Amino acid sequence: MAKAKTETAEAVESVRIPPMQRLLDNHFLLLFLGVVVPTVLYLLWGVMELSQIPIAE
Amino acid sequence: MSVTTDTNIIGGVAAKFRTCPATGLDIDLAAQRLIKANAVAAIVFLAIGGLFGLLVALTRWPAVHLLSSDMFYLVLTAHGLDVLLVWIIFFEIAVLYFASAILLNCRLAAPRIAWVAFGLMMAGALLANVTVLQGEASVMFTSYVPLKAPPNFYLGLILFAVGALLGCFIFLGTLVIAKEEKTYEGSIPLVTFGALTACIIAVFTIASGAIILIPTWLWSLGYISHIDTVMYKLVWWAMGHSSQQINMAAQVAIWYAIPAILLGAKPLSEKVSRAAFLMYILFLQLASAHHMLVEPGISSEWKVFNTSYAIYLAVLGSMIHGMSIPGAIEAAQRRNGFTNGVFEWLRRAPWANPAWAGMFLSLVMFGFLGGISGVVLGTEQINIMLHNTLYVPGHFHATVVAGTTLAFMAITYLLVPLIFQREIIWPRLAKWQPYLFGLGAAGISLFMMGAGTLGVSRRHWDITFSDATLSFDYPPAAFLMLGLNGMSGILAAIGGGLFVVIIVASVLFGKKVDASNIVAALGPKPQKQMSDAVTSYGSAGTFHLPGTYILVSIFFTAFVLYYFVNWKYLSELWQMG
Repeated sequence: MAKAKTETAEAVESVRIPPMQRLLDNHFLLLFLGVVVPTVLYLLWGVMELSQIPIAE
Repeated sequence: MSVTTDTNIIGGVAAKFRTCPATGLDIDLAAQRLIKANAVAAIVFLAIGGLFGLLVALTRWPAVHLLSSDMFYLVLTAHGLDVLLVWIIFFEIAVLYFASAILLNCRLAAPRIAWVAFGLMMAGALLANVTVLQGEASVMFTSYVPLKAPPNFYLGLILFAVGALLGCFIFLGTLVIAKEEKTYEGSIPLVTFGALTACIIAVFTIASGAIILIPTWLWSLGYISHIDTVMYKLVWWAMGHSSQQINMAAQVAIWYAIPAILLGAKPLSEKVSRAAFLMYILFLQLASAHHMLVEPGISSEWKVFNTSYAIYLAVLGSMIHGMSIPGAIEAAQRRNGFTNGVFEWLRRAPWANPAWAGMFLSLVMFGFLGGISGVVLGTEQINIMLHNTLYVPGHFHATVVAGTTLAFMAITYLLVPLIFQREIIWPRLAKWQPYLFGLGAAGISLFMMGAGTLGVSRRHWDITFSDATLSFDYPPAAFLMLGLNGMSGILAAIGGGLFVVIIVASVLFGKKVDASNIVAALGPKPQKQMSDAVTSYGSAGTFHLPGTYILVSIFFTAFVLYYFVNWKYLSELWQMG
């Protein structure tokens, strides 16, 4: 009974971790975001713009 | 005396540990050896690169004008390579291993691969250096195409980058081990989180470097006929500028670490400081865009979004650290009993401790000189007044030399007793070293920015244009600025040389550190025991910080004034009507 109560308390505790903290504790999600955001906003967007420049004749 | 034990860890992997007499942490001996190797390599390249820097400063000094034009560009290339890339990244790998295996009290992941990484970085650095010194690769740090260096120059950079990337994965692997072995509770310490931020930025940086340097290497070998110059510049800066953002995250982690170790300082709010690092992870790399602000062919939307929107979010992160770190120091000092008046906590800080002095000078100079000038350069409209002038090297000497290099020097004064287990010899000399180097670095930054504001172009061997067909005269003040820059370079070289000599001599001849002298070996500090604040999660729990509010107000006032003064200068460039 006591064990079940402790497990329930632990379960509640784990549920209560705020989403922001879970994001900050997920190191590989942060790695994903830290690579994808600049890749899309700086590299891909920039490459798309440069590739649309007409080639001189 | 440190005790060495064998410990079996998960997966049947055995690692040898010693117990740190100061912290009680188990220190993986493999991690310790790798930290030593990377830190020593870093300092050797700092010495070489710093010497090249002195030659550059003496050539820019018109009255001295030391080197011939060929030698100037050769030395400038080697200087950029050795200090912007090799010194910094070797040291950052040491910081990554320290912030993971040591602070998390666990074994380092895959130490053999870590040695392979070290070997690749060393081979790459040597190959690139030798190629530059042979005189065929004076393409400068940026190596803009169509300037073509021999293939070994690019190959050296690629090998170095691959080694650094392996080091990043070893750091990430060590975080996994620490989590599996439950060597920490809850979230990783803030300093380790800062190192994680540096690691993430490094992965993007190195991947971008691979995207551009591998084709450029093939182009140099003759397998590819053409590399588009603007495309090269776009992708190269994703590496070139982001590599300096790795420094930024690593140095901020060090700014939190040193007050935590010496004073027991905890961040004002762990959550807010972590959110500030998240801003770095998401947006800091986008600052690369300011190098493209005058390029045709890229839309204003791309330029404005990546600079005037995304950069400001990263700057917000820096603002948070800029208040949180002095605030953490003030809170800790007030807790340590320095409660009189508004600034007793600052006056009674351990200014004779080179780790402390280096950290605080780095924080102040980075913020006032590097941070504010960075925002000015990152604003599309006012950037145009300063683009490709000597203001740009002035800015990045404020960030990389006065900021990062001084911060790395500062933490080295703690790494020598904690990791090399040696006392710092010549403590009186060591006390003055950060001030000498800091003053020199501040002078270099300010006077180059001053010359840039007067229009002096960067990367120019001779601003007198002595044999040019069309002559041009810069104002006499520009010559004064470059003379003062040369003198500051000498001062910084003396400070940097002292650092190298003190650290090398301490590692080779310093008195051995054990339980009886470890706390004293960390240098002067207000408390007689080492704080564990650097290895734990938690906030300072107070916002009674009158001194910090005043300091932050001074910073904001300087920031606003300088920013708008530049807009005023811009309004005077083209007279209307």
